[in-house]
Amino acid sequence: MMTAPHPSILDERDRGGPAQSLLSVNALVKHFPVKGSGFFGRGGVVRAVDGVSFEIRKGETLGVVGESGCGKSTTARLLMHLIQPDRGEIIFDGEKVGIDLPLSEYRRQVQMVFQDSYASLNPRLTIEDSITFGPRIHGMAETAARAKAHDLLARVGLDPSRFAGRYPHELSGGQRQRVNIARALALDPRLLILDEAVSALDKSVEAQVLNLLQDLKADFGLTYMFISHDLNVVRFMVDRVMVMYLGTVAELGDGEAVFAAPSHPYTAALLASMPKMDPAERTIEAPLTGDPPNPINPPSGCRFHPRCKLAEPVCASILPPLTPSAAGTSQAACLALVPQSGHSHADRLAMPPLDPESEPMPEASA
Amino acid sequence: MSNMVSIEGLTVTFTGRGKPVRAVDHVSLELEKGSVLVLLGESGSGKSVTLRSLLRLHPEKTAKVEGRIMVDGHDIMALSKEGIGAVRGRTVSMIFQEPMLALDPVYTLGQQITEAILRHEEVTPQEAHARALELFEKVQIPSPERRLNAYPHEMSGGMRQRAMIALALACKPKVLLADEPTTALDATVQIQILLLLRALQRELGLSIVFVTHDIGVAVEIADRIAVMYAGRIVESGSVADILHAPRHPYTRGLLASRVERAKKGDRLKTIPGSPPDLTALPPGCAFAPRCDMASQACREKVPDLVTGPYDHAVACLNA
Repeated sequence: MMTAPHPSILDERDRGGPAQSLLSVNALVKHFPVKGSGFFGRGGVVRAVDGVSFEIRKGETLGVVGESGCGKSTTARLLMHLIQPDRGEIIFDGEKVGIDLPLSEYRRQVQMVFQDSYASLNPRLTIEDSITFGPRIHGMAETAARAKAHDLLARVGLDPSRFAGRYPHELSGGQRQRVNIARALALDPRLLILDEAVSALDKSVEAQVLNLLQDLKADFGLTYMFISHDLNVVRFMVDRVMVMYLGTVAELGDGEAVFAAPSHPYTAALLASMPKMDPAERTIEAPLTGDPPNPINPPSGCRFHPRCKLAEPVCASILPPLTPSAAGTSQAACLALVPQSGHSHADRLAMPPLDPESEPMPEASA
Repeated sequence: MSNMVSIEGLTVTFTGRGKPVRAVDHVSLELEKGSVLVLLGESGSGKSVTLRSLLRLHPEKTAKVEGRIMVDGHDIMALSKEGIGAVRGRTVSMIFQEPMLALDPVYTLGQQITEAILRHEEVTPQEAHARALELFEKVQIPSPERRLNAYPHEMSGGMRQRAMIALALACKPKVLLADEPTTALDATVQIQILLLLRALQRELGLSIVFVTHDIGVAVEIADRIAVMYAGRIVESGSVADILHAPRHPYTRGLLASRVERAKKGDRLKTIPGSPPDLTALPPGCAFAPRCDMASQACREKVPDLVTGPYDHAVACLNA
C-alpha cells in the first residue's frame, strides 16, 4: 500500500485517474438573510461564502485557514450539502453532485468530523450503535456492520471489547473524537472533511489524534480537507493551503511555500500574529489592528483593504482576482500582484527587469 | 517581601454530588510584584480553580478550601464577607474567557464601569464617567465616548474583551487575574490583547496571574510559568527555563509534542494516555501512569516540589 500510485486512485470507485481532482468547487455562493434590526430595519445579507473556487486533489490534504466569519465552516457545510448553495457547483471526481452523482452516493463518499465531539454523538446510542447507524441506513447487514464497527474502533485505538458498549458521556474528549473519526470512516468515504476536529482537545491528546489522522490517511487512501484556525497545526498537516477572508479566497497554494513566503498581505499578517515560542523574540507590534469586519456589510473592492498596510485607493473599488505569485507556488487575490491593476506595487511588477543584473524585483508583500 | 500574592498549601475539594473531587492539591506559589505568572495546564489541571480561590469565588457550601492565601497583605481566607467584597475589584480583579457572560447585557458599558467605581470610591457620577472614558482610552477602544454608550452585544469580540479589561481596571487593582482571556479570540485579535495586557502591566505596575492551556500564549506574556497537572504544580520557573530546559517529564512531553517543532508529515512524539480522572487519582505521582521514566517509588508517594537554582522547581523523583 505504501508504493506509488497513491492508494486513493486504486479505489474501484475512481473515475478520472490521478490527474482529475477529487472535488472541485466553482464559484460557490451562500448568503444568509438577516432579520431586520429595529423598526424599519431592512434585512441585511451575510455574505458567508461569496464566490469561492478551489479543488481538492486526490490523496492530498487541503488546509483551510481563516478567522471567524471567513466562511470556512460554511464552505464545509456546503460541501456536505448540509446547507444548499445559492449558486455555484460542486463536482466530485468528474460528476456534478446532485445531477450526475446522486446525493446519497455522494454522501457515502464524503464524511465530516466536527469540533464538538460530544454534540456530534447521539447521547442515547452506544458507541457501537453510533458507528453502525450509517452503514445500516445504507443497507449493510447488522452482523457485518458490527464487525466493521469493532474493526474501526481498533483502528482508531479504542479496544472494542472495552468501548463498544459505552455511551458518549463515559468517554474523554479525545476518545469521543476517535469515535467520531471511526464513525466517519464507517461508510468507506474517499474524502474526509475535518472541521476544527482537534481544536477542542488538550494539547497532549491533540498530538495523538494528529498522528492517528496521518496513519488513517495512509491506510485507507483518504483525501482530507483540514479546516483549522491553528496555523501551526495546519502547517504540519497539509499539502496545500487555502486562506479565506470574509467569504473569499485570499490565497491558495502549496502549504510550505505559502507559510515560508506568503503572497497575500493578510496571510502574512495572520502568520505574524502567531505566538513566537521564544521569550527573546516576543511580538512587539500587532500585525493587524481591529477585529475581522462583519460579513453582513463587507468592505467594497478587496475585502481586506481597510486593515491592509499596502492598501491604496484602487483597492476599495476593484475585487482582486486570484493571481499567480512571482514564484508560481501559490495564487493570491491582491492587486499588488496584478500587472496594470493601478496599485503602485503592481506598476513595478509589470515591468520585469530587462537585464538580469538590474535591480531585484521589489518585494510584493511585507 | 516584594511578593504581591503568596499561596501556601492551597487545597480545594468539591463535595457536591458523588465522590469528593480534589481539584487543587497543596499548591504553593508566589507572585512577585509587577510580574506575570502563567498557570499552564490542560483541562482539569486545577489552574482555574486556583485562580478563583484568590477571589474566594468558590461556593462555601460545596467547596472546601484549605491553606493560606495572602494578597497585598490581606489574608483572603480570614476576611469577613464585607472584607472580601472590598478586596474584589479594588485590590484584585478578574477577566474571563467569554466577556459576553461576564458583562451585564442590559446595561451600557459606561454604566457598568461607573457603577463599579461608585461602589468602591467616594466620587461624583461625573468624575466616575470621566474615569470610565479615560479607561476606554487606555484599553485603546476607538471612539471611546460613543462606545461607552454601547451595549455589550453591539461590540465585536475583541472590543468586548477590551471593555472587560477596562471594567476590571476601573478601581485601580494591584492584581489582575486572567482566565484564558484570549482563548476565544481570533489569532490577529489575540496578539493585540496580549500586547495590551503587557503594556498595561508595565504602565500600571500590575501583577498578573494568567491562566492558559496554550504554551505559545504563555511564552508571549509570562515572566514565570507554573505547570499544573491533576491539581498540583509539577514544575515552575522562568519562561526561558521552562521553554529551553524543562525538567518534568510532563513539561518535556508537552513541548516535544508541539507541532511547531515537527517537520510536515513527521510522527509527533506524544504523551500516551489522557489526563487522569480527579476522582480516582493514583496514590503516587499523578503523571506516573503516562510517564516512561516512572519507577515503583513514583507510584507510591507524591513527589515534593523541589526548588533548584534560579527558582526552577520540579516535582519529580527522576528530574
